[in-house]
Amino acid sequence: MTANAVVQFLVFLVLLIGLALPLGAYMARVYNGEARMAQRLLSPIEHLFYRIACIRSDEEMPWTKYAANVVVFNVLGAFVVYLLQRTQAALPLNPAHLPNVPPEVSFNTAVSFATNTNWQTYSGETTMSYFTQMLGLGVQNFVSAATGMAVLIAFVRGLVRRRAESLGSFWVDLTRSTLYILLPLSFALAILLVSQGVVQTFSGSATAERLSPTMSNGHGVIEQVLALGPAASQIAIKQLGTNGGGFFNANSAHPFENPTPISNLLQLISILLIPTALCFTFGSMVRDRREGRAILSAMLVVFIPLLVATTVFEQRGNPILRGAGVDDVASAISSGGNMEGKEVRFGITSSALWAVATTAASNGSVNAMHDSFTPLGGLVPMWLIQLGEIIFGGVGSGLYGMLIYAIIAVFIAGLMVGRTPEYLGKKIEAYEIKMASLVILLPAAAVLIGTAVACLVPAGSAPIGNPGSHGFSEILYAFSSGANNNGSAFGGLTASGTFYATAIGLCMWIGRYWVIVPVLAIAGSLARKKVVPVGAGTFPTHTPLFVGLLVGTIALVGALTFIPALALGPIVEHLQLLAR
Amino acid sequence: MSHSDDSPMDNVIPEHEVPDRSRDLERHRPLFDRRIVRSAIVDAFKKLHPRRMVKNPVMFVVEIGSAFTTLLFFHAVVTGRGDAHPAFIFAVTVSLWFTVLFANFAEAMAEGRGKAQADTLRKARQDVIARRLRRGLAHNISLGPSLLDPECRDAELEEVVSSSLREDDIVYVAAGELIPADGEVLEGIASVDESAITGESAPVIRESGGDRSAVTGGTRVLSDWLIVRVTTNPGETFLDRMIAMVEGAKRKKTPNEIALDILLAALTSVFLLATVTLFPFSKFAATASGHGTAVPLTILVALLVCLIPTTIGGLLSAIGIAGMDRMIRANVVATSGRAVEAAGDVDVLLLDKTGTITLGNRQATAFLPARGVRESELADAAQLSSLADETPEGRSIVVLAKNRHGLRGRDMESLGAVFVPFTAQTRMSGVDLPGRKVRKGATDAIVRFVTESGGTFPVEVKATVEDVAKQGATPLVVADGRRVLGVVQLKDIVKGGIMERFAEMRRIGIKTVMITGDNPLTAAAIAAEAGVDDFLAEATPEAKLSMIRDYQQKGHLVAMTGDGTNDAPALAQADVAVAMNSGTQAAKEAGNMVDLDSNPTKLLSIVEIGKQMLMTRGALTTFSIANDIAKYFAIIPAAFVATYPELGALNIMGLHSPTTAVLSAVIFNAFIIIGLIPLALRGIRYRPAPAPALLRRNILVYGLGGVLLPFPCIKVIDLALTTLGVS
Repeated sequence: MTANAVVQFLVFLVLLIGLALPLGAYMARVYNGEARMAQRLLSPIEHLFYRIACIRSDEEMPWTKYAANVVVFNVLGAFVVYLLQRTQAALPLNPAHLPNVPPEVSFNTAVSFATNTNWQTYSGETTMSYFTQMLGLGVQNFVSAATGMAVLIAFVRGLVRRRAESLGSFWVDLTRSTLYILLPLSFALAILLVSQGVVQTFSGSATAERLSPTMSNGHGVIEQVLALGPAASQIAIKQLGTNGGGFFNANSAHPFENPTPISNLLQLISILLIPTALCFTFGSMVRDRREGRAILSAMLVVFIPLLVATTVFEQRGNPILRGAGVDDVASAISSGGNMEGKEVRFGITSSALWAVATTAASNGSVNAMHDSFTPLGGLVPMWLIQLGEIIFGGVGSGLYGMLIYAIIAVFIAGLMVGRTPEYLGKKIEAYEIKMASLVILLPAAAVLIGTAVACLVPAGSAPIGNPGSHGFSEILYAFSSGANNNGSAFGGLTASGTFYATAIGLCMWIGRYWVIVPVLAIAGSLARKKVVPVGAGTFPTHTPLFVGLLVGTIALVGALTFIPALALGPIVEHLQLLAR
Repeated sequence: MSHSDDSPMDNVIPEHEVPDRSRDLERHRPLFDRRIVRSAIVDAFKKLHPRRMVKNPVMFVVEIGSAFTTLLFFHAVVTGRGDAHPAFIFAVTVSLWFTVLFANFAEAMAEGRGKAQADTLRKARQDVIARRLRRGLAHNISLGPSLLDPECRDAELEEVVSSSLREDDIVYVAAGELIPADGEVLEGIASVDESAITGESAPVIRESGGDRSAVTGGTRVLSDWLIVRVTTNPGETFLDRMIAMVEGAKRKKTPNEIALDILLAALTSVFLLATVTLFPFSKFAATASGHGTAVPLTILVALLVCLIPTTIGGLLSAIGIAGMDRMIRANVVATSGRAVEAAGDVDVLLLDKTGTITLGNRQATAFLPARGVRESELADAAQLSSLADETPEGRSIVVLAKNRHGLRGRDMESLGAVFVPFTAQTRMSGVDLPGRKVRKGATDAIVRFVTESGGTFPVEVKATVEDVAKQGATPLVVADGRRVLGVVQLKDIVKGGIMERFAEMRRIGIKTVMITGDNPLTAAAIAAEAGVDDFLAEATPEAKLSMIRDYQQKGHLVAMTGDGTNDAPALAQADVAVAMNSGTQAAKEAGNMVDLDSNPTKLLSIVEIGKQMLMTRGALTTFSIANDIAKYFAIIPAAFVATYPELGALNIMGLHSPTTAVLSAVIFNAFIIIGLIPLALRGIRYRPAPAPALLRRNILVYGLGGVLLPFPCIKVIDLALTTLGVS
């Protein structure tokens, strides 16, 4: 790894944690209703919403009601997005006169944005009207993220409350997440992005004359149409809310979405900002900051080595090309390594960092094409997704997924110290283990079964861009990305057909709500329990030992579940590359 | 410590020292008793019945897998071009069936050890002839005189078989007879041999009233006679329950076992998915790469069985049964596995001072003479006043006088001495000699005595008395007529080694609380000496109960021991309640464990056994899952070698061929179960240490060890197979 890369990573991590600390503390105050300054400003708007929607802000919901509200709200949200796409031709703000979106793509996109996945089977600039982008996708970018945060907060309340029946109000948590956290942050980020040249306009496309005309389909092409649109505002929430759905098809590799190194850094930080900050929020809400730091440490312990691995593999480049006499050694004027599919203005380091960050978090935006990474360089992002999007993960969803792993880790650790296991004083019993097992099992099942079906049916294997092991990686990546709500694509796979649009739509649905419901069920069960006092026999969950155990559990479960599949994809591809 | 050999302690119920590790308490029985092994082998086959296997999801999957490869084998033999070479399928199939059998064998071994114990117990449950008070008479007869009179007795008794006895029947048991059923002594006092149940050969005293009134069916009256009210119906006796318990007939899965079972089932599902989907994956790969075929189903089943946690799945129930078994060998009968498990969770122990922390009774530890009195003179008077005093305190004074001043016992009659016993009114005892009145007793009683005799109570003796009380001891003032000779210090003797034991408990996070009827001053002194964390002085049953509730309210799990009827409410409230076998029926019924040795200190061992059981489960689970890594390295390259020869690079163990690689992995997987049976039955080594230290050690041994161990083992099996000509 080059010194340049080390410096970039360190700057990134320091900035990330430095910003996450105050944000985490602020969010804890917001959810506890103690953010006085912000409340003075925003509480009239907040309560206006409650009045319009006839919501009692002090309502307390048992987990069943909380979960029902989450699901109903999301189903309705997805339905609205579906309708907007199906009728956009007749709706305003459609300067390019785009037609209605076909049903399977509309279904896929509706589910994709409601589940915070933002898997895109379409290219934004040629499919979605500004109206659909803003009122459909833009709104879901906010509320799907807020839903994840609300569920997390409900889960944390389950850990904190004693002998309680309720987990708080979904509507309040949803509103506060959006109004106090996502909106102000997005506003600030959008302004910063605009300052870097990200476009933000309602006008239609611009036309530019080409310097050198080219031939296409027998016609001479002399001018190029440049798609524009209200991108900056979308991109801000796309990154902050770990959504990842690009305004343009090329996502953050597009110069209008991500023009400069500064905008790249801003977006990188905003991908991981809220997931990182939520760790501090968690520590603050359970009244033991060490617990939050331990969880964040576990995330970093997985994140950093994988980041280094991807960077090293990408910088090492392709042995076949090197054999053919290509100079791929990094130097002051060349990034070296494997530059295929990467933006020259970002180079290997920023691309590798982005790839790892966007898959660690369930963001899914890209600034380079993962399909073109070296086999092992591409294995890392895929495996990060397959771990269940818990290393940072989606806003809220990543942390609650991580806490589920903590429960499993604590269960095994508890046994090994000769006590019925407990986490933060709450006894972990059969019910919690049952629900936690579902949380881990269901997305993994969706990935593997989806990939298996795609391998068997012609509709699954036909749209593959590359044959052999790489083609298999493309399918595996697509289902991993969908079922774990990441949304990034390996590329190379034409996923807009009925089969993929439907299958991945289903996977996204399962990966989101079939996880949220058991998570809330655990929260409900934990809230009812009393707290076991801490003693010398208690296994502390804020120590390096626990961090190690947690990482070990995650790595072991993740490795054991996906090693066979990965062996047939990137691993064998890597070995083939070496063997040639 | 002064509990020397001739300590005048109650000589019927032996006093107990603090027991060592539970391991040493257990009566040793060889792990692989030949008879048990033989019947376990038979049972291992009987347990193959799917209806029994389905209770263990992990092993059930293995059984289905074995049956499936058996079919594949026949298919290959018949068609000649099956899934793989028939000999290979056969070898895998045999290994898989052995995996199931080994797991069944482990469970049968654990059950067999229990059964052996049960058989011993069952011998005690033989039908005997009971002499029962005619039923019609039982309610209206005035019990006492008629039964006590031998002549009337025979007319009112009828001989029946013991199995026909019902609750509230009244039976008469004479010396040499077996007590026909569990019951409560109404009349009489007798020495009873309870060795059939407790294994303790020294007889115990059973008498009516008080805390030693419970008798157990199947025990033998050695001397005198008892009139017993039967308290249980046939089939519900203590012995029956014990037999049911050790045989595992009523064994229900404990809550933690259920939780672990769920986790194991989930892991099994994950691996089922990972392996089943490999078939389409490999088919796709074969089509895409243009060579090779989809992975053989035999290898997929082999991979599946290797990956699912068979080691813990196969040994889980054996661990549970063995935990119960260890309790029984420590002479503790738990009424449920749940109680054993809860014992591991306990973090507050309520311990009765007397018998648990201190030796049964106070003992004289010092003579503190008044001014102008020689110590030997005080000792002489004290001894004289205690010669005929049969209370433990009295006898301890005689012993101290002998030890310190060489004073021998004297014949009371030749001295013309008349013993004046202790009464609640006088609150002192002593002897009247010709011309002398020697008394010992509580301070105020002696003050009164001395004043009445015309003397005065010296001020400095009063100071001594206060000093003694402050140290947590009981002062006994001795006077000869009007002359106060001094003070005998009676002290609770804290058991040897108990302080270290409590320190150990503290280290593993368990709080010890001493319960005593003493006043707070005395209690505090003894608590300090014994090193307990807290104490409850002047304890009443209500205070005990509310203390338990208090702790439970704060989230603690409380364990206690008890023997008296007045302990019953507290026993019922505690999470782990150990009743003494010598205690009353009420106490035994309220508790969830009975200690046959009636040794309250055993609570400490019970906690350890509970913890050890949970730790064994956790360790083997970790080990089982950690093993998978090596198995992947063995099987994955072998499975796909036809399609992707490059995957041979993952064969880091350098296994001979795909065939030997797969076989080595499944053989290792089967034999590791057999290899770990002793660990499952004995439990992993338990050392009292704080949680992080325990975890670090177990992760190192069973986690890291679990990752590393299979590599050399599989390699060795591979070499052996190659040597045998398998290719």
